[in-house]
Amino acid sequence: MSKEWPLWEVFIRSKTGLDHKHVGSLHAADAQMAIENARDVYTRRMEGVSIWVVESKYIHASNPDDAAILYDPANDKVYRHPTFYDLPDELKHM
Amino acid sequence: MQLADDALILGHRLSEWCGHGPILEQDIAITNTALDHLGQARSLYQYAAELFNGLPETDKLSFITAPAITAKVGKGLPVTEDDFAYLRDSWEFRNVLLVEQPNDDWAYTIARSFFYDHYAVLLFTALESSNDDTLRAIAEKSLKEALYHRKWSSEWVIRLGDGTGESHTRMQEGINERWNYTGELFMSSQADQAMADAGTGAALQLLQGQWSQAIGEVISEATLQVPPADAWMHEGGKDGRHSEHLGYILAEMQYMQRAYPGMEW
Repeated sequence: MSKEWPLWEVFIRSKTGLDHKHVGSLHAADAQMAIENARDVYTRRMEGVSIWVVESKYIHASNPDDAAILYDPANDKVYRHPTFYDLPDELKHM
Repeated sequence: MQLADDALILGHRLSEWCGHGPILEQDIAITNTALDHLGQARSLYQYAAELFNGLPETDKLSFITAPAITAKVGKGLPVTEDDFAYLRDSWEFRNVLLVEQPNDDWAYTIARSFFYDHYAVLLFTALESSNDDTLRAIAEKSLKEALYHRKWSSEWVIRLGDGTGESHTRMQEGINERWNYTGELFMSSQADQAMADAGTGAALQLLQGQWSQAIGEVISEATLQVPPADAWMHEGGKDGRHSEHLGYILAEMQYMQRAYPGMEW
């Protein structure tokens, strides 16, 4: 067994209505402790109203070497952007 | 004053873990808690100083005998929260013996906090119905902090008790060794009694039943044993009779103000 406690990724929602953002990681023995540690490490200056934690080993990431095949094909498909609509001026945040 | 001393001394003990915590995250957690205690102590000392400064001269001198403070009173100067913390002598500290006990190891530290935090939650809850506005406001603010401290220390008791054989043994040892200091929490000093009678303070004896039940539940969930309720209990802290540990704490804490009176940085 490893001597180190497992690593956890921490996500904090700063205000009601906004989404949780990744803020960093920490060590903890279990999920409860991870939330409390996150409270002490990442919300001491009133940064958040909600905390998510997930064990880092459960995060799967795309491979940076695959960037070309994953993202480049979208380059010439401008028709996927909804830029051809006329939006009324009153409509914000689009 | 008793409450403020409890908070200050425990806050100081916990702050000794600063930079020594088992891992960075718990180092931050325990020093956060220490700061909460320190904040509670400040509010209470400020209020005590306000009340003290309003007393007639003769009453002031019957209340405090520390030369550094009586000199100030003699000159007609008002005292502050800092004077109470840094210039009183050990026999004038009224904290319970539990909080001045050394950290020893992590399990001892957890046991001490666990017993105190459960008491603090009940105490502040009771003080929320005090007939004193300031005390009620302090209790309201402190209760939120105390609830978190209780959650934190209780979870550690369970985590260690229910953990490995080694952690179980050490947690049980911490509980056993600190158990004899818990009785004093619920023994009323004259001040406790007078304040309870006046509707300002809490009737401590009434809290003991709830306290025993609450810690009993956590301890059994942690697969540990609750020590016997009729065990012999230390007392004296509330009357200013302390263990030798307090002297060392004060020596470290007060050294700067004693050596260089009034210095700031």
